[in-house]
Amino acid sequence: MPGVKPQHYDVIVIGAGSVGTPIAMNLARAGVKTLVIDREASPGQGSNKRAIGGIRATHSDPAKIRLCMRSLEIFSTWQEVYGDDIEWVKGGYVFVAYRPEEVKILKDLLVIQKQYGLNIDWLPAADLLALIPGLNPDGLLGGTYSPDDGNASSLLAQHAMYRQAVSAGAAFRFNEKVTGLDTTGGRITGVETDRERYSADVVINAAGPWAANVARLAGLDIPVRPDCHEAAITEPVARFFSPMVVDIRPAADSSSYYFYQHITGQIIFCITPSPNIWGEDMRETSQFLPLVARRMVDIMPRLRNIRVRRTWRGLYPMTPDGFPLVGWAKEVSGLIQAAGMCGQGFMLGPGLGELITRLVLNRTTEDDEETLSYMNPYREFTGQELLK
Amino acid sequence: MAEYRITRHPILSIPERKEVTFFWQGQKITACEGETIASALFASGIRVFGHHHRDGSPQGLFCANGQCSQCMVLAGGMPVKACMELVKPGLDVQPLEGLPSLPEDDAPAPAQPVREIETPVLIIGGGPAGLSAAVELGKRGVPAILIDDKHRLGGKLVLQTHRFFGSSQAVYAGTRGIDIATRLEKEARQYECVQFWTNSTALAVFSDHKVGVLKDGMEYMLVRPQALLVASGAREKFLPFKGNTLPGVYGAGAFQTLVNRDLVRPAERLFIIGGGNVGLIAGYHALQAGIQVVGLAEALPECGGYKVHRDKLARMGVPIYTSHTILSANGTDFVESVTIAQVDERFQPIPGTEKSFACDCVLIAVGLDPVDEFFHKAVEFGLPAFAAGDAEEIAEASAAIFSGKIKGLEIARHLGYTDEPIPPEWQVTGQVLKSKPGQVSAETPPSERTGVVPVFHCTQEIPCDPCSTLCPKNLISLSTVDIRSLPRFIGTANSCGGCERCLAGCPGLAITLVDYRRDPDMPLVAIPYEFTRESIAEKDRVLLLDTHGTPLGQAEVVAVHSVKRNDRTLVVLVRVPADYATKVAGLQIQPPEVTQPLDEVVDHLADDTVVCRCERVTAKEIRKLIRAGCRDINEIKAVTRAGMGACGSKTCSSLIKRLFREEGVPLSEVREGTRRPLFVEVPLGVFAGMQDQEE
Repeated sequence: MPGVKPQHYDVIVIGAGSVGTPIAMNLARAGVKTLVIDREASPGQGSNKRAIGGIRATHSDPAKIRLCMRSLEIFSTWQEVYGDDIEWVKGGYVFVAYRPEEVKILKDLLVIQKQYGLNIDWLPAADLLALIPGLNPDGLLGGTYSPDDGNASSLLAQHAMYRQAVSAGAAFRFNEKVTGLDTTGGRITGVETDRERYSADVVINAAGPWAANVARLAGLDIPVRPDCHEAAITEPVARFFSPMVVDIRPAADSSSYYFYQHITGQIIFCITPSPNIWGEDMRETSQFLPLVARRMVDIMPRLRNIRVRRTWRGLYPMTPDGFPLVGWAKEVSGLIQAAGMCGQGFMLGPGLGELITRLVLNRTTEDDEETLSYMNPYREFTGQELLK
Repeated sequence: MAEYRITRHPILSIPERKEVTFFWQGQKITACEGETIASALFASGIRVFGHHHRDGSPQGLFCANGQCSQCMVLAGGMPVKACMELVKPGLDVQPLEGLPSLPEDDAPAPAQPVREIETPVLIIGGGPAGLSAAVELGKRGVPAILIDDKHRLGGKLVLQTHRFFGSSQAVYAGTRGIDIATRLEKEARQYECVQFWTNSTALAVFSDHKVGVLKDGMEYMLVRPQALLVASGAREKFLPFKGNTLPGVYGAGAFQTLVNRDLVRPAERLFIIGGGNVGLIAGYHALQAGIQVVGLAEALPECGGYKVHRDKLARMGVPIYTSHTILSANGTDFVESVTIAQVDERFQPIPGTEKSFACDCVLIAVGLDPVDEFFHKAVEFGLPAFAAGDAEEIAEASAAIFSGKIKGLEIARHLGYTDEPIPPEWQVTGQVLKSKPGQVSAETPPSERTGVVPVFHCTQEIPCDPCSTLCPKNLISLSTVDIRSLPRFIGTANSCGGCERCLAGCPGLAITLVDYRRDPDMPLVAIPYEFTRESIAEKDRVLLLDTHGTPLGQAEVVAVHSVKRNDRTLVVLVRVPADYATKVAGLQIQPPEVTQPLDEVVDHLADDTVVCRCERVTAKEIRKLIRAGCRDINEIKAVTRAGMGACGSKTCSSLIKRLFREEGVPLSEVREGTRRPLFVEVPLGVFAGMQDQEE
């Protein structure tokens, strides 16, 4: 719009989702004039609403462990602090082992996990069976149990954070697609959308699976590539187990899958297809239910009788090594990448929201710098996340 | 115990069924072999099946169609839908109070591969449209699979005891719905290239062009068609009002299923909301089943259904309250009364006009929406797809028969099995059958007072022609080009022989014969009568009513007889003074006190207007979000859970849109809710290739 001075914001966040909304909430609270732009009609309509709700600090690297420990604090105290029920349950996580290979992977990881102060231990098969009635005992060798992990409703948590962001003064524009990033002399100056143009000092790319497309608008190529997972939810039944059960055994057409019983009594489950289905296609497939059902009824036979209610697909914004990309862009100043959460945006979001706010305000701590070093967008991508 | 069973019916035959006993809360219940738990419980007067896990609200039957899960009970320890599960001898059935426990059925069972098959055509739905399409495909040798989720083909036709309108030549007009179902099925089944899978439900259309089908209620299969025909019919709209989820508030489908399929009386006193054909016909079916109809309320100034359907109710003594709406269904655990009020031109209730009526059932018949999600998914995924019948456009069953026929031929052409063009006259007939009822003209009684004079109480143009085809002397004329024109008697004095075939065959029961031959001052009037033979006898005093239900006078029944070559319609003869003989259109069949309002208006204080009945989300919660600026149905779902329940938003999605409109938000500003699989809930083990043990 020539002649009209675009509205100025200190920070524009692209994406009102698991990552963008908590960033906006923290920025606005810190007094930063913040705008969030999302092409969907309401918050969390991209990948957030497709998350099944697991929140764990049980990772294999210090960055995610630290961020998620903070997220867990935020989720677990949310209702006390803000009053909204986000359906938080401290149900714990169990990684089961039915083969020596998984025993070794999980026990090796325990060392790092304990080193970072995680409350996690190895449970023998008998203890797991007591914790998770109905788990198939045949060949069960044991597993890790981290009782402080849990789950919450990604939908309710997102909306609770959205309301906090709005009341702290953050502005949100929905149904608006970002079409360009303005730069002058290597510095970000604003954002163009299909409706308007805004100026900004800092732009944060929190566009999830579409983050590479956003980065490209600034001429950057970031290695974030979505792959597709499919999930489902059942009818509710009286609650009979609490932890998220994760089985990382590879099978013919899938790698890991996981499920838990939500506070509503519904079982929510998800599977990682193997080979991965790359791309942005989120249309339902015929392979998913037979693929996941056989593994679920194998590990917990009684689930054969629970009725499946609804299925959906969602995208995991993957990076080459399975760790997020977070930090300032080198080529364009004023641009922060908060991308490549590899399917863990919901659990990383609250911790990351605080960290990125400190990054914007130049108030990072020594721990923050260490955390950020693991998520450096310019790293070599030589490692490999073991608990994707 | 059998006090709520229909033991006599003017149209339906009552089969001899073996008795089975089972237990409800330890109490012995006598049921009929082959009936559902829900119907058996209703037959014993049990209408509350448990209480909701969220708010303890009483739960009972709602859809009677396996689509929701409001009728869940524990049968032998397993949570099952009472409307689908059949009774078994000795079965222990318990109410579901809160959430069920998942049975500790921990013995491992091996997964089996899921079968996949290919077929040129898959037809979803074996109602009038699907069966007609199957006939056309069969005629041309196109291999097809037709799936239907019921045990019996025919769709909603099997619930219709009345004669159908439409064209006698094209779509069996004048034949009863149940009989059309039988004829269509027989015709379709003669083609070997068409397979029929009953009790088989389509669960999802997938992006890889496969359709997930639960075959025989137990085996999950993937079917890959070259063309998909969606003939899945319609679902009923619902209304937001206080007490709208009380057991006893049903849609017409559930009501007709209980009454006409299961021969159970779900109510003793019925109040109907909605004056479209569905509500009007349901009222008539209720009367035939011996259920009193207290009244019918319609928000518009006129009923939207065919006038002849409206008149049928009115002249049997059912008051029709136009420009009225429901305020509340009242009662503690089930419906005890209904409160209605008159509305202004903006459909707002006018204070002071409230009336309450004692009733134990409120039937909601406020229109239909197409079940078109499979069609839209197929189109989105690029699978060649066609829609027919109500799934394409809501209209009468006769129109569905014809649209199925056209789509059947279109598919045969699409797949290259034939190159015959769609006959242009098919398109014309298709349009005529879909046409809305026309203007009402004044009734013009014949002035002739000699011989036998047929009187047509048929004053609204609708697509219908049986009378003209039934007259053996061809004395009844309709315009030959358009069956929507009004019938006219073209005979002269004494040319009508009084055979009564037109009278007995008129789907609207809108023809009477006035016979002046014996006594021109006190002619004999022949009135069609579709109630049980036992309900009327010679010498009975009856109150005669005109077309609109206005009383004309008392008369004594001279005779009751049936008509040759006609099934089940009776003729009642009365002798009436000549000055109003041609006005007589019917006789009152229920006592006037049934329809009296209560002395006091029943106030309904609780703010319990529910939008999502599965998740118990109220209108208040949703209005609050809309007022706060929410314009995304997905956001409403995310925040309130509306649409996340067992029925998969089948009931609440149209209600939520209604609330947006009521709040003054145009739907063009609202993001539509995302539709996700599955169509109905299915046990996880079924997808692992295990056969469902419930069946």
